[in-house]
Amino acid sequence: MNIFVLLKRTFDTEEKITIAKGAINEEGAEFIINPYDEYAVEEAIQLRDNHGGEVTVVTVGNEEAEKQLRTALAMGADKAVLINTEDDLESGDQFTTAKILAQYLEDKEADIILAGNVAIDSGSGQVGPRVADLLDIPYVTTITKLEISGETVTVVRDVEGDSETIETKLPVLVTAQQGLNEPRYPSLPGIMKAKKKPLEELELDDLDLDEDEVEAKTKVVEIFLPQTKEAGRVLEGELDAQVKELVSLLHKEAKVI
Amino acid sequence: MGKKVTVLGEVRDGALRNVSFEGVAAARKIAEDGEVVAVLLGSSVKDLVQEMIVAGADRAVVVEDEKLAGYTSDGYAQAFLAVVEKETPDAIIVGHTALGKDLSPKIASKLNCGLVSDAVGVEVEGGNVVFTRPIYSGKAFEKKIVTDGVIFASIRPNNIPPLERDASRTGEVTEVSAEIKDLRTIVREVAKKATQGVDLSEAKVIVAGGRGVKSEDGFEPLQELADLLGGAVGASRGACDAEYCDYSLQIGQTGKVVTPDLYIACGISGAIQHLAGMSNSKVIVAINKDPEANIFKVADYGIVGDLFEVVPLLVEEFKSLLVEA
Ligand SMILES: Cc1cc2nc3c(=O)[nH]c(=O)nc-3n(C[C@H](O)[C@H](O)[C@H](O)COP(=O)(O)OP(=O)(O)OC[C@H]3O[C@@H](n4cnc5c(N)ncnc54)[C@H](O)[C@@H]3O)c2cc1C
Ligand SMILES: Cc1cc2nc3c(=O)[nH]c(=O)nc-3n(C[C@H](O)[C@H](O)[C@H](O)COP(=O)(O)OP(=O)(O)OC[C@H]3O[C@@H](n4cnc5c(N)ncnc54)[C@H](O)[C@@H]3O)c2cc1C
Repeated sequence: MNIFVLLKRTFDTEEKITIAKGAINEEGAEFIINPYDEYAVEEAIQLRDNHGGEVTVVTVGNEEAEKQLRTALAMGADKAVLINTEDDLESGDQFTTAKILAQYLEDKEADIILAGNVAIDSGSGQVGPRVADLLDIPYVTTITKLEISGETVTVVRDVEGDSETIETKLPVLVTAQQGLNEPRYPSLPGIMKAKKKPLEELELDDLDLDEDEVEAKTKVVEIFLPQTKEAGRVLEGELDAQVKELVSLLHKEAKVI
Repeated sequence: MGKKVTVLGEVRDGALRNVSFEGVAAARKIAEDGEVVAVLLGSSVKDLVQEMIVAGADRAVVVEDEKLAGYTSDGYAQAFLAVVEKETPDAIIVGHTALGKDLSPKIASKLNCGLVSDAVGVEVEGGNVVFTRPIYSGKAFEKKIVTDGVIFASIRPNNIPPLERDASRTGEVTEVSAEIKDLRTIVREVAKKATQGVDLSEAKVIVAGGRGVKSEDGFEPLQELADLLGGAVGASRGACDAEYCDYSLQIGQTGKVVTPDLYIACGISGAIQHLAGMSNSKVIVAINKDPEANIFKVADYGIVGDLFEVVPLLVEEFKSLLVEA
């Protein structure tokens, strides 16, 4: 089976966020594989182990994303592709990323493409469905279970807590939700092997794409931090008295009850 | 000049979800002196259009087809695009719900336009429609505009207040026929797990429990408090993973994103992934026996103590308040 994973390098949102020169300050920040893409990588490896074939992880980004691609290779993916836009593009949005990914995937005859359901940094959840649409293949989002038998694909999808069992056919794109699997940690031999696995680097030119074909259709005009909430009030005294005070505060001060 | 804005009315279990009315309010703002057109898709939805008009839409367009009885990406996209083709709106608003998240990127791709997802605010500033949306799990916000093509956004439930209902409003209803065909996904089964009663993503009061609740039975006092306040019970992933409750109650980055007036977190430590789902609540109360718990950093009011003592006391206290009122 020809399996592709769309992987995004993201800012670890457990980090403290600060703003410098109107942008999120990346200085010294920790970067990780988007957690939902880890589920996608894990599922891809399991699919390959059960059905045979090859797993290719693909990232649109810059050189720094090599680290996350190597991690995916160390987990067990076979090949990695970095589409480096550093020299070609100054800005981009979900349309940009999806268009580039779809252009890359167009002639790859993928049987299945796995993505995360959302990236934890800019978090739109658009890229998966957009790529599927551009490739004219079906997609199922937020999946928690995947079974493939012949051409038939059965997935369980999380819909705000309810679950839907959906049937479709290969080729398909799915987006991973928490619960799909438990991503493995790269093993030491895995890390050693990953160093020798192929990591191809492409630019827009290699995909026959012009900058204006991928020009963003949205623009960020401002980034700001939420108003720092005044430190909350931790109540004191006897428990009974605290509860009385709380109810009175909710009623009279916060006026929510 | 005013704009024409279409808003998707989202129907669930035979009723419109509140986010539809919030969408109408957002659309009214964008339309200025233009027109707001409600769009309803389903097998039998005509009876619901008046609700959208009462909520502020000028008129409505419906696509009715048996094949739209349940949601599929292909079916709903075909129906919605048939409406867009007919109406050629300047802007489109949908809810950032499971349905809207799945559908909107496909529509945007088909229309070759931008899409601002998960907006919590909208303003018209100097001719631009500016959307505000949380990024980095809610630790920061960005303001975003669409620079090319239709202005398209999905809005997070419970953030943009609906307009006051006006029962005297009337509006024209037209039917658009769409050929719904070649559906590539088939829904075989739907397992409803979400509890009956108040919809978590739209609840005004949420009482949420975490691993500190310790068992399934431990949720009982929380349920009692929620019922008393006309609210819903939610949970952290910790509680769901431990099987104290169903995943349908999970709040956070992977679960539901909620913005109630009052969020009472009981025995929840306040991990960033949990905060991503509730930190925009208007008032947050934390009950935790660990004074160092992270949840106190986002709480407006905190009680350091055992939730099994505090919650029953709260129930009693609220009861006497409600009797007085
Ligand atoms: C040249 C360029 C410049 C950019 N500049 C900015 C900027 O200044 N500010 C800013 O906020 N964003 C910028 N972006 C990023 C862009 O706005 C989005 O972050 C990106 O398109 C992904 O969207 P998302 O984060 O909403 O992902 P989602 O749609 O939420 O991601 C869902 C899934 O899609 C897949 N996916 C997403 N992104 C990628 C990727 N890059 N490679 C492979 N798979 C992916 C993953 O599987 C992910 O889990 C830029 C992008 C490009 C190409
Ligand atoms: C990709 C990813 C996605 C995730 N998505 C989500 C998500 O959507 N939602 C989510 O919630 N988490 C999510 N998590 C998990 C998150 O990181 C935390 O593990 C989880 O929120 C912890 O749950 P908890 O607070 O209930 O448990 P704990 O962290 O174990 O906290 C339990 C708390 O209860 C307190 N306590 C114990 N007994 C009592 C008592 N008797 N009275 C009062 N207090 C008591 C303790 O002091 C402690 O603070 C995600 C993680 C990952 C990696």
